[in-house]
Amino acid sequence: MYSWILRVNTVLTLSVTVLAALCAVASMTDGLHRPSPAVELKVLNVGPLERLRNGDDRIALTLSIKADLESVFTWNTKQLFVFVAAEYWSPEEGFNQISLWDTIIEKKENAKIDQQIKSKMLRKATRVGYFTYPFQGKDLRGRDFNLTMYWNVMPISGAFFTDKAVVPGFQLPISYN
Amino acid sequence: MGAYGDAVAAIKATNFRHIALQAISLGMIVTSALIIWKGLMCFTGSESPVVVVLSGSMEPGFRRGDILFLHMGKAPIRAGEIVVFHVEGRDIPIVHRVIKVHENVEKGDFEVLTKGDNNTGDDRLLYAQNQLWLQRQHIMGRAVGFLPYVGWVTIIMTENPYIKYFLIGALGLLVITSKE
Repeated sequence: MYSWILRVNTVLTLSVTVLAALCAVASMTDGLHRPSPAVELKVLNVGPLERLRNGDDRIALTLSIKADLESVFTWNTKQLFVFVAAEYWSPEEGFNQISLWDTIIEKKENAKIDQQIKSKMLRKATRVGYFTYPFQGKDLRGRDFNLTMYWNVMPISGAFFTDKAVVPGFQLPISYN
Repeated sequence: MGAYGDAVAAIKATNFRHIALQAISLGMIVTSALIIWKGLMCFTGSESPVVVVLSGSMEPGFRRGDILFLHMGKAPIRAGEIVVFHVEGRDIPIVHRVIKVHENVEKGDFEVLTKGDNNTGDDRLLYAQNQLWLQRQHIMGRAVGFLPYVGWVTIIMTENPYIKYFLIGALGLLVITSKE
């Protein structure tokens, strides 16, 4: 026995299944894509290192950011979230990442980046109650750091993924200004 | 005789055996939905494996009504990842991107700071008073997959409960009146 409700139900179920399968396949094609991005990151100027009143460490950096991410785009790419982070390692804290700059690229035509930016790298002090403790090893003095550009690929539908380019070999000042 | 007449006839024709059968098939549907949900919870390690985006703070990446699939995973959380976290004193969890990470080797813990892509400032204003960082216990999962628009179904249903009751009623009627 068939009624129109049953038919509507069948059509709906089928269309949802087909759409889900199409989304899954579209997402899988991203895995076959091999991009060839070019990234060039430079530190043009390192400002004086400051210890602020509240215990935070702050330093101004001037960066040159050049990248060509056109090849990252596929037919299932909605946007790229691109950011540059300073990364360093310390025995007390392990791995640290501080994002210095970011941008959203929605179109393939805009995926060439060539910018000079000024950014402030800030390490917030640990606060216990009212008081601020600039704990040993939680500051920015003399850190060897690398600059890493990450691009987080956000799909029209499907899985996210992130890729990166690492440029090592930078150092922060050893003493405060 | 329209569909309504068919339905009435079908209800009239039922006997005890039929009623029992239909009760069981209804129960099967409810329990299998529950099994899928709980199974997803085990598989993804997240207490809510699927979330619906409610605000525009991550636009244009996520819009209201989009669906996110979460996975907890063992890998440490890194800048650029989109995490779902809850803040003390707020009922609704927030989906934002990690922009700073500081690990603590001694405690085996981490401190992260988040920001909505569409917001100008970081999330310290959204956190609880005097809270500077998110830690392990605040994070409910990280977004691994995306599906646009589908979440509108739940948004519409929570905002208009009558549509929800109508749909549940219609589905129940469908199960009861179907012969197989």
